[in-house]
Amino acid sequence: MLSNTALKEMILIVALVAAMLLLVSVMGSAYGVRVLVEASCYAIIALGLTIQWGYAGLFNAGIMGFVALGGFSAMLMTFPTNPRFWESDLPGELGTAFLKLIVGVLLVVAASQLHRLKVPRKIQIPFTMILGAVVYFWVINSFAPVTGSIVREAGFIGGFGLPVWVGWTVGGILAGTVAYFIGHICLGLRSDYLAIATLGVAEIIKAFLKNFEWMTRGTLTVSPLPWPVPGAGEVGFIMARALYLSVTAVMIAVIFFLLHRAYNGPWGRMMRAIRDNEISSSAMGKDVNKRRLEVFIFGCILMGIGGAALATFNGIFDPNGYLPLNHTFLIWVMVILGGPGNNIGTLFGAVLVYVVWVMSEPAALALLNAISYLGDLWFAWEAPSDFSSRALQARVFSIGLIITLVLRYAPKGLFPEKVPQHK
Amino acid sequence: MNELVFFLNNVVISGLVIGSIYALGAVGITLIFSILRFAHFAHADMMTLGAFFAFFLTAMFPAVGPAIGLPTAFVMLPIAMALTAVTAIYLDKGFYKPLRKHNVKPIVIVMASLGVTLMLQGLIRMFMGTSARSMYIDDRKDIYRIDLPFELASRPLVITDPQILLFVVLIVSVISLHLFLTRTRLGKAMRAMSDNPDLARVSGINTDTVVKVTWVIAGCLAAAAGTMLSLDVTLKPDLSFHLLLPIFAAAIVGGVGHPYGALAGGFVIGFAETLSVFNWAVLLRPFRDYLWFDLPSSLAIVPTEFKITVPFFILLAILVWRPTGLFKGKVL
Amino acid sequence: MALLEATNVHGGYGGMNILNGVNMTIDQSDIGVIVGPNGAGKSTMLKAIFGLLHVNEGSILLRGEEITNAEPTVLVGKKMAFVPQEKNIFPSLSVQENLEMGAFSRKDDFAHMLDQVYSFFPPLADKRNQPAGELSGGQRQMVAMGRALMIEPSLLLLDEPTAGLSPLYMAEIFERIITINKAGVGILMVEQHAKQALQIASKGFVLAAGQNRFTDTGENLLNDPEVAKAFLGG
Repeated sequence: MLSNTALKEMILIVALVAAMLLLVSVMGSAYGVRVLVEASCYAIIALGLTIQWGYAGLFNAGIMGFVALGGFSAMLMTFPTNPRFWESDLPGELGTAFLKLIVGVLLVVAASQLHRLKVPRKIQIPFTMILGAVVYFWVINSFAPVTGSIVREAGFIGGFGLPVWVGWTVGGILAGTVAYFIGHICLGLRSDYLAIATLGVAEIIKAFLKNFEWMTRGTLTVSPLPWPVPGAGEVGFIMARALYLSVTAVMIAVIFFLLHRAYNGPWGRMMRAIRDNEISSSAMGKDVNKRRLEVFIFGCILMGIGGAALATFNGIFDPNGYLPLNHTFLIWVMVILGGPGNNIGTLFGAVLVYVVWVMSEPAALALLNAISYLGDLWFAWEAPSDFSSRALQARVFSIGLIITLVLRYAPKGLFPEKVPQHK
Repeated sequence: MNELVFFLNNVVISGLVIGSIYALGAVGITLIFSILRFAHFAHADMMTLGAFFAFFLTAMFPAVGPAIGLPTAFVMLPIAMALTAVTAIYLDKGFYKPLRKHNVKPIVIVMASLGVTLMLQGLIRMFMGTSARSMYIDDRKDIYRIDLPFELASRPLVITDPQILLFVVLIVSVISLHLFLTRTRLGKAMRAMSDNPDLARVSGINTDTVVKVTWVIAGCLAAAAGTMLSLDVTLKPDLSFHLLLPIFAAAIVGGVGHPYGALAGGFVIGFAETLSVFNWAVLLRPFRDYLWFDLPSSLAIVPTEFKITVPFFILLAILVWRPTGLFKGKVL
Repeated sequence: MALLEATNVHGGYGGMNILNGVNMTIDQSDIGVIVGPNGAGKSTMLKAIFGLLHVNEGSILLRGEEITNAEPTVLVGKKMAFVPQEKNIFPSLSVQENLEMGAFSRKDDFAHMLDQVYSFFPPLADKRNQPAGELSGGQRQMVAMGRALMIEPSLLLLDEPTAGLSPLYMAEIFERIITINKAGVGILMVEQHAKQALQIASKGFVLAAGQNRFTDTGENLLNDPEVAKAFLGG
């Protein structure tokens, strides 16, 4: 016999499938598959968040940054090489600049270890700081002319032309590395600090990607990015997208399997113990901060991979396209609505929220046009010229409202976490 | 000498201006942090909201300012502050208080405040559109050019009317806040609750009232900062975006729960920003013949487009070396 | 009518009962002392009386009026004061400000109470403008008790007022408690130093496993060989 919760979950899933069928029938199957592929990429990102928030209670307000790092790696690794750059003298000059960077870093590190040679701290600290400042100016002034001529003469350095899986893997590694530094600094402190720091790091990653034109072409964007499967030109839109979907689906299945095993294993039990009762588990001698750092890094790796898959699918790397709204708060809604800590719920939330998000734009526009038409007809009210762009802000409002309402009335989401009972 | 005037204009005056804005925001953040124990992410949007109220009032009564000889938005500031304070109380009532009653973890309230951020942003843009607007409608901004009494300084010091008014607002706010916290019954109760919330309850302090007062103060300061900044530059709906990180950095640098620390933190962050984007080559240029190296044309520590990294790295540095902040705030 | 009458009190945290039927009666002239082993529910009983944890069964009356599960702010209005065991001062506030916070609920002039507290605890008078967090442990305890006295309570609840104090200070605190009691304040306190506390107690309650084991005058309990053997360390 089906229990009540199982019945409820069944109904929810059937409803989601129905919504998707509706989407496909209204918008056409090519569009429908596209939405599904994007939703699957978002699902990978959302799984990253569900282990951070749902398993360990870590607040990541900078998902956008990690997603953007994934997109950047996908671009840098997989985009074809730029002969205008490689055939000039610029690679050598850039290499020299990087060499100077390495030498500079080594010098500063060496200076910071001077106390081992019995140099008193009073001399060592100011010396290290002054050396650091000099090295800093030396390095940025050796980069500036090179990067300037790269942008002028070659546009940008181009990609490395490597296979797509390399780009996605590097995306995960890069996101995980940044997560290590942030987590290392913030996880020992109260959870609010992690939220502030991640919020900041996302903006900074975006600022770098936008302004390092020699690496990213900045606002000029880079496209088309190569796909891991045959493109629309070879097999047609629907087939190409369906193939891509099967790739992301396999990835989700693998992640799912790994997470399921980890969650129900000793590691997952420990994580839940830490989340639910930090003090007693630290008293039991478990290294709370180290475990939390693991989870934080792991979650960010998934975000990087998801971001890479998303950028590759869209075929374009556009630093300005990374919005906190889409890439941070939408993910949050997916996770808290679906059920933090419940992987099925997260998957469900990701697909549902993304479909609703995509559909809400044409629906809202139709509604707005009707309003301004009727307003004009009945009250001779003239809508402001930027009426539609303004009114789309209602979506921002709705996202905020959903977050607050779910937190208040359904803190466990639609699919509450099922904690395994041990007998 | 002109180089020095350039330095004064671009570093000292700008630093004071932006530092004052950050300080007003950070004091609110730090008060909310110490009384309600959560990082209020919607604070920067409360600043925008206050500026929006002031803009709205200015548009309704554009003739008030010119009649008195002050910018209309500045005359309307008290009303905008009151409106923002009331909004803050109702936001608390609608979104944070129910969660507090449920005894959720503080981080859940932080998340709710992110939800509120989005709601405020959405609302403000729905009503105002996404473009920048001038807060001056029937009046115009006065700019004072003060000539320095040195022969070599041919360029004047430049300071605008709203900047002077901002300093006045900051000084008045700081003095009144100080008097409130040290002389009045409610102000002392606020400090008591920040010290020891459980004992405050046991002592019969009406904690609901203290919470309301906290929101009133934070709302008023936020509205003042938002309005004065928009008067000096322009009113942009994404104003909050550039303020959030610096005001949090300022509150943490000053030591959380420490209003005077937040004040200092605001200026630390403000000056750090202006000092690091300042082109030091300008100051060195008069000595270029005596230098042993070629003077690059730009010798800024951080290019302007990376200004946002300055508060962030200060924040990280303080979290690594002194998480309690410069003034020994609470360890949270 | 008794000042405080607690009958068959059951209560605890999150549905789990720590108190399993405690009875207590305190008159205005009493110094009531609760003793017992660790985990017996001594502090829990004080918290239950002061509305800091939920009473699931039983009733608590103050001068015949029902106060079961009343909010602390309401109880302060009914002239009841509580001094917690730990964190019982506002460390960054001055001594005088700590006392003023005790009088927060008073709308009338309380200057005479300030004078009275300073005369009860002379060491505080010289340090009135010093942050309370900078004082010694004994002086902090004085600040905490002074804060509670500011409402001129008719009943004062003290949770281990001598915890962590040197024997010298302990004697001094007990002496003050007697003085306060003589000024007309009913006292109910929890004490680890059972022998010394029972010497000044007009009523003693020995709790074990959340229930009254012995209830008698302090003197009788001290002389009861069974109590002495089981709870006072022989």
